[in-house]
Amino acid sequence: MKQSYKKIFMDGLLHQNPVLVQLLGVCSILAVTTSLENALGMSLAVTIVLTLSNMVISLLRKIIPNEVRIVSYIVVIAGFVTVVDLLMQAFLPALANSLGIFIPLIVVNCIILARAEAFASKNGILASAVDGLGMGLGYSFVIAFVGLVREILGNGTILGFEIFGGFYQPCSMFIMPAGAFIVLGCTIALYQAIHLRMEAGKEGKK
Amino acid sequence: MTLTSIFALSVGAVLVNNFVLVKFLGICPFMGTSKRTDTAVSMGVAVTFVMTAASMLTWFFNDLFLIPFDLEYLQTIVFILVIASLVQLVEMVLRKLSPPLYSALGIYLPLITTNCAVLGVALLNIQEGYNFLESTLNGFMSGIGFLLALVLFSGVRERMAFADCPKPFRGLPIALIAASLLAMAFMGFSGLKIG
Repeated sequence: MKQSYKKIFMDGLLHQNPVLVQLLGVCSILAVTTSLENALGMSLAVTIVLTLSNMVISLLRKIIPNEVRIVSYIVVIAGFVTVVDLLMQAFLPALANSLGIFIPLIVVNCIILARAEAFASKNGILASAVDGLGMGLGYSFVIAFVGLVREILGNGTILGFEIFGGFYQPCSMFIMPAGAFIVLGCTIALYQAIHLRMEAGKEGKK
Repeated sequence: MTLTSIFALSVGAVLVNNFVLVKFLGICPFMGTSKRTDTAVSMGVAVTFVMTAASMLTWFFNDLFLIPFDLEYLQTIVFILVIASLVQLVEMVLRKLSPPLYSALGIYLPLITTNCAVLGVALLNIQEGYNFLESTLNGFMSGIGFLLALVLFSGVRERMAFADCPKPFRGLPIALIAASLLAMAFMGFSGLKIG
C-alpha cells in the first residue's frame, strides 16, 4: 500500500480528523480547553508523543509478537509521555501545573493507541512520522479552536489579553464543565454541516 | 478515618467531583457505551471493580517499590502496566466464571485499560496523598460516580434516539449537548461542603 505523503498528512488534518471524524481523544479536549494557552500546551505535548511513538512503533513492528502488541505499544507510549512530562515540568512549570494530571493521561489518549494499531504497525517509518504529525496537527487544530472559543466567551480574553475593552460581560459558564460539552458539540456539528454541504455540492455537479 | 470523613470523601467522589461530568475522565466509554441502559450498567459495574482494584494495587506498588527506591518518575509506566494486567486478569476470570456476562461486555472489557478514569484515579490518589483505605474508598466511590453518570446518560440517550434533530447535530454533537445539560445539573452539587 503506497500512499503519497501529502495525502497521509491531509487525511490526518482534515478528512480523517481524529477528533471531528473519528471522535477520539475527547477527554483531554474537554478538560484542558479552559484557555487557549492550556490548549496549545496540550496540543504540543500530544503531537510530539504521537509522532515519536508512531516512529518507534513503526521501527519495531516486525519484532513485536502479535499477542502482546497492545501492551508493547502502551509501554512505548508511556515512555515518551514520561519524557515529555519531565521536560515540561523542568522548562514550562506553570503550564505543567495547570495541565496537571492530563499530561500523564496522554498515555491513555485513544488517538495515540489507535494510530499505533491502525497505521504505524503496518507502514514504514517515514509514512508513520507523517501520519503522526498530520493527526497531531488535526487534533491541535480542534483543541485550539475549542480553547479559543471558550476563552473568548468565558473570560473575554485571548491568551490573557482583554479584547472587548470592558463592555462584554464574560459568561463564566463557558469555562465550567458544562460549557466544554456545548462548545465541542457545536464544533463537531459545524464540521458536519460544512461536510454535508460539500457533499451536496459534489452531487449537484454530477 | 472517622465516619464523617468517609461520608465526605464518598459524596465528594460521587457527586461534587463526578469523574465524568466534572473532571472529564472516561469520556470515551461514556459516549461509546451509553446507547443502551443494560450495556451501560454492565460497563459501569466492570469499571467500578477495576477502579477499586487498581487503586489498591497501584497504592501497594507505589508505596512498596517506587518510593523506597526513589523511582516515582516511573509512576505512569508502572501504573498502566498494572492496570493492563489487571484488566487481562478480570477478562480471564470472567470468561471462566460467567461466560454470559463476558460475552455481554465483549469488546468493552479490554478497552477498560485505555479508560482514562482508571489511570486517572490511580494518579489522583497519589497526588492527594491518600492512605491505603482512603485510596480504596476513593477508587470505589469514583467508580460509583462513573456508573451513576453513565446510567443517567444512557436513559437520556435512549429517548433521544427517537428525537428529530437537525441533520448536522445527529450522533455525537447532540449527545455532547445533552451531556452538557447533565453537567449543569451536577454543577448544582459544587456548593456542597461536608465536615
